[in-house]
Amino acid sequence: MSMRRIAGRLGRPVGTLCGLGLLWWGIVRLGGVPPYLLPPPGAVGRALWAQRGLLAGAAGTTLLETGLGLLLGTLGGGVLALLMMASAPVRRWMMPLVLLSQAVPVFALAPLLVLWFGFGIASKVVMAVLVIFFPITSSFFDGLRRTPPGWLDLARSMDARPGLVLLRLRLPAALPAFASGLRVAAAIAPLGAVVGEWVGASSGLGFLMQTANTRFETDLMFAALLVLATMTVLLWWGVDRALARMLYWVPDDRSD
Amino acid sequence: MTAPAPALRLRDLAVAHGGRALFTGLDLTLPAGVFSVLLGSSGVGKTSLLRVIAGLDRPAAGTVAADDGARLAGRVAWMGQRDLLQPWARVIDNVMLGDRLRGRRPDRDRAAELLRRMGLADRLTALPAELSGGMRQRVALARTLYEDRPVVLMDEPFSALDSVTRARMQDLAAETLHGRTVVLITHDPLEACRLGQEILLMAGDPVRVAGIAVPEGAVPRPADEESVLHAQGVLLRRMLDAAGP
Repeated sequence: MSMRRIAGRLGRPVGTLCGLGLLWWGIVRLGGVPPYLLPPPGAVGRALWAQRGLLAGAAGTTLLETGLGLLLGTLGGGVLALLMMASAPVRRWMMPLVLLSQAVPVFALAPLLVLWFGFGIASKVVMAVLVIFFPITSSFFDGLRRTPPGWLDLARSMDARPGLVLLRLRLPAALPAFASGLRVAAAIAPLGAVVGEWVGASSGLGFLMQTANTRFETDLMFAALLVLATMTVLLWWGVDRALARMLYWVPDDRSD
Repeated sequence: MTAPAPALRLRDLAVAHGGRALFTGLDLTLPAGVFSVLLGSSGVGKTSLLRVIAGLDRPAAGTVAADDGARLAGRVAWMGQRDLLQPWARVIDNVMLGDRLRGRRPDRDRAAELLRRMGLADRLTALPAELSGGMRQRVALARTLYEDRPVVLMDEPFSALDSVTRARMQDLAAETLHGRTVVLITHDPLEACRLGQEILLMAGDPVRVAGIAVPEGAVPRPADEESVLHAQGVLLRRMLDAAGP
């Protein structure tokens, strides 16, 4: 990639960020908002630097929870979608449960999960799994069901075995849909982890934000928020690029 | 080829599509070991008939059977309008799809040999997206041949190709499918006259199947031969008459 293309690619997000920062600074400066309500960008920047060790440690915890949640949720959701495709009883019994995992707000479940799984990372991993389970399972299951009929006709004319049709035809054909679910999951998994930390934890970005909030350290709270947002964007970007590389046959027209 | 090719006997066959009866009481014998070409305008029920013969759909009534008394199931290869290649699989793996879906050990050497006959010896590890439409259709033909079934059903396999590519595919199909019982659907009179050893026109309401005089000579017949050109003209006239004003 040439320097020019890098500059072109980075130009827009950097420009957007600068614009937002300027707007923020303007509101604080001209609106006379007290810093404990909305700290100026400079103060947040200073907090970001001064508390870098604390923030990095907290981000590490949250990233670990998010990563484990993504891994387990993806594996669990993927296997469940395959089982639902392979067996009608599993489909009938599990579909309502999958829906339920989306219908119950994690905020309501969070205190319960902390009670059950403790203040450590386990309850946050479970939370992240719960948050991503629906998008992963439903997108993959949809993909598995929507195999182009021509391929299935061909398979039938070849006297194919149903298990192998699922594995070698339906599964690869469903991967693009699965990837869409995984992209959504990568964007919302940190949310589950942070909600868990907010309710009861001894480390992590959510925990840091909560304690900073109660102490009116609004600048640190904003710094943690900034770290969380950056982490989520980077996570999404990494997953997106990895998927694009793995699904080499799927047209990916992103010239800009 | 391993097994001898049977003739196909259609007895009192009724076929419906989407709840609508396409035809009833169809009696037809498709002779053994030759190309039978089935023509007719769109919507007349050619594809539905082929799917019933292939065992993909059940007939509303009647039977499809092989004249040698053995079951037809497992002896039929089917090639659809589109190439139906798996975009994630390499060319040679696409050819061996049948064995991969049956859980048998794929025969790489035979797949490579078939692709060599298709003129694709240097594209074994290419992905379908890297191939032209004609090449993709040749891979689909190789995949059909890999199945090594005595009966081969083809549903307008060359209709999306340009004239030159189509003519070459017709030559290739005639050469490689020689001796098998082939049922080929087409809407192209020239294709019917080049390949047909039995030419059948489906038309009318209710649908009737009429045999058409077949030009002399072995298939694939040259496209510029007098008898082929004449037969093509006669066939087109019959199709126009059948379609009505």
